[in-house]
Amino acid sequence: MCCRRTILAGAAVFALALAAGPADAQKRVQIEWWHAMGGELGEKVNKIAADFNASQDEYEIKAVYKGNYTETMTAAIAAFRAGQQPHIVQVFEVGTATMMAARGAIYPVYELMADTGEPFDPNAFISAVVGYYTTPEGEMLSMPFNSSTPVLYYNKDAFEKAGLDPEQPPKTWPELVEFAKKTQAAGYPCGFTTGWQSWVQIENFSAWHNLPLGTKQNGFAGLDTELVFNETPVVEHIANMAEWQKSKIFDYGGRRSDSAPKFYNQECVMYMNSSAAYAGVKNNAKDFEFGIGMLPYYPDIEGAPQNSIIGGATLWVLQGHPDEEYKGVARFFSYLSSPEVQAWWHQETGYLPITTAAYELTRSQGFYEKNPGTDIAIKQLTYKEPTENSKGLRFGNFVQIRDIINEELEAVWAGSKTARQAMDEAVARGNKLLRQFEAQYK
Amino acid sequence: MEKRVVFRQRGLPYLLLVPQLAVTFVFFIWPASQALWQSMLVQDPFGLATRFVWFDNFAALFGNPEYTNSLKVTAIFSFAVAFSGLAIALLLAAMADFVMRAATFYKTMLIWPYAVAPAIAGVLWLFLFNPSIGIIAWLLGKVGVDWNHQLNGGQALLLVIVAATWKQISYNFLFFLAGMQSIPRSLIEAAAIDGAGPVKRFVTLIFPLISPTTFFLLVVNLVYAFFDTFGIIHAVTEGGPAQATTTLVYKVYRDGFIGLDLGSSAAQSVVLMAIVMALTFVQFRFIERRVQYA
Repeated sequence: MCCRRTILAGAAVFALALAAGPADAQKRVQIEWWHAMGGELGEKVNKIAADFNASQDEYEIKAVYKGNYTETMTAAIAAFRAGQQPHIVQVFEVGTATMMAARGAIYPVYELMADTGEPFDPNAFISAVVGYYTTPEGEMLSMPFNSSTPVLYYNKDAFEKAGLDPEQPPKTWPELVEFAKKTQAAGYPCGFTTGWQSWVQIENFSAWHNLPLGTKQNGFAGLDTELVFNETPVVEHIANMAEWQKSKIFDYGGRRSDSAPKFYNQECVMYMNSSAAYAGVKNNAKDFEFGIGMLPYYPDIEGAPQNSIIGGATLWVLQGHPDEEYKGVARFFSYLSSPEVQAWWHQETGYLPITTAAYELTRSQGFYEKNPGTDIAIKQLTYKEPTENSKGLRFGNFVQIRDIINEELEAVWAGSKTARQAMDEAVARGNKLLRQFEAQYK
Repeated sequence: MEKRVVFRQRGLPYLLLVPQLAVTFVFFIWPASQALWQSMLVQDPFGLATRFVWFDNFAALFGNPEYTNSLKVTAIFSFAVAFSGLAIALLLAAMADFVMRAATFYKTMLIWPYAVAPAIAGVLWLFLFNPSIGIIAWLLGKVGVDWNHQLNGGQALLLVIVAATWKQISYNFLFFLAGMQSIPRSLIEAAAIDGAGPVKRFVTLIFPLISPTTFFLLVVNLVYAFFDTFGIIHAVTEGGPAQATTTLVYKVYRDGFIGLDLGSSAAQSVVLMAIVMALTFVQFRFIERRVQYA
């Protein structure tokens, strides 16, 4: 009873102090950024956010990890429907058509930068990256962030053991098969494996050989696009791979990057996957030297090699927030695409340097000499000026279409379908989904 | 004589019911009616363009070979999980009831799997059966079985059935054991004295007397197989390969959350609800008659 008043008074003061405390931090405008970079990549993202916050005192970026790409995109859409959307969301390239078609939900980047008066030069970005995310009139809709392209990792020690030159990765598919047979003779069970089979062996295969995936410039020119990859040499290539699966020149290991262990434990001597797998390969390929080469091509297909297309993700801005917060978003985008930040991100992760300035900076720092092979990705991406078959692709419901392609390919590897049947089925099922997507926007 | 509870205050019984009614409303009636409404719409993922299309979504389902496939997979999966779960648990309960020494040890060990979360259970089995590094896959390779559930649909379905059943066995076991132990020992001894062997005692005496438990477990197991196995399927096979393990509930998730086709997904969940309701109704109407309540 005696101390009751004192305690009450103390509590009141404490509560006031608490209320007064955070008010300081809230003077900064809060910007929320939802991303799908987990593990080590997530730590790098957090560093970018922290550095931006430290470099100025008007805005504060909060980077929130929401799960994998699919989960992040779904979360953002659900949040938008509930009126709780973040400012920035990282969406993978297959979600581009869905995001682009949602004109009432997104805030196109070119408009954002113009409205907030932030300096912005779309030509500073490399054309292959920009081409994917612009309208036919060249207006940029989302901000490139982490773009990658598939490359060929190979086991230098295995090459040496088989009597091959360890500095010469195979340039063409016939060469690759020959090399695989030699390494098999030297005791390595499998020639090559691949990750993200649709992205690498069909989408990038088509771009690299200047073949169309679908009509209407791979979907860039209209929602009434149709898939056509069952009428191109893609079918022959898949049939070849089915043949090679029998003798383990090719060995299937899973849909995403689940086949990586086959390369790490030297079961397969070659591994085709994203340039961003570099960090993983470097950490896990402990007992052998590895090298990086460009994707192989068929020399009898005219136009090959052309250029490869990007994977990865970009940052989309969602509507529904006050103008002053968008100023912060624009400022953050300028920071993000500055050469120093981009060069650092590229060197740490294996994602491409998306601006020419970042590429030049990395080169002048001698990074490519110290880490040979890390510039193969960008060289391959910019090999030639993109044609309408190699700018990228823009198909609605593409997440599901990729899964359909995966299912059909798995049937081919298991021997229960021919490549022709599988590709025909994939195109038929995929076209149904494209029509459904089109119908949603009538 | 009728039992009646009398409340002195007029509003008290309603007040006591409110929490339960609130929960039922918020967690069942509201989402169910939203699903019914959404199943009649075609929308873009962001909800910006909505069209009312009556029953088009439902009609589209029944012409869709992927939907028919998931109906088939669900039927095989659910009945396999329910019946093998019940059969194995019944056997284990009969054995545990019979044994004298270390009885508590067996019972504790048999109950533990129930405490494992479905997704974790799925991952455990995934590791055991992983074609490259799994122990059981390796053992199967030794006896000549080429195990690769990432490519072989039948093997994938078998794997998820095993994983789902394993979890449910403990739950069933617990109920069966309790049911058996509530049978008066004198009855069993009397049957033994009359010359009935253990199997005959089981078939004519024990099994009929635990029929209320069996009926209850049958209903619960079927509902479990239809709905609660989502976590296991998602963790182990993600519905693949080639949709060989895509049950109805998994397809609802795929089409709604990955495919972002909310209308079709809502229609599927309405159909799923109708199927389970019908199944439960059938069970109560036809099977409950044969249950002998003490």
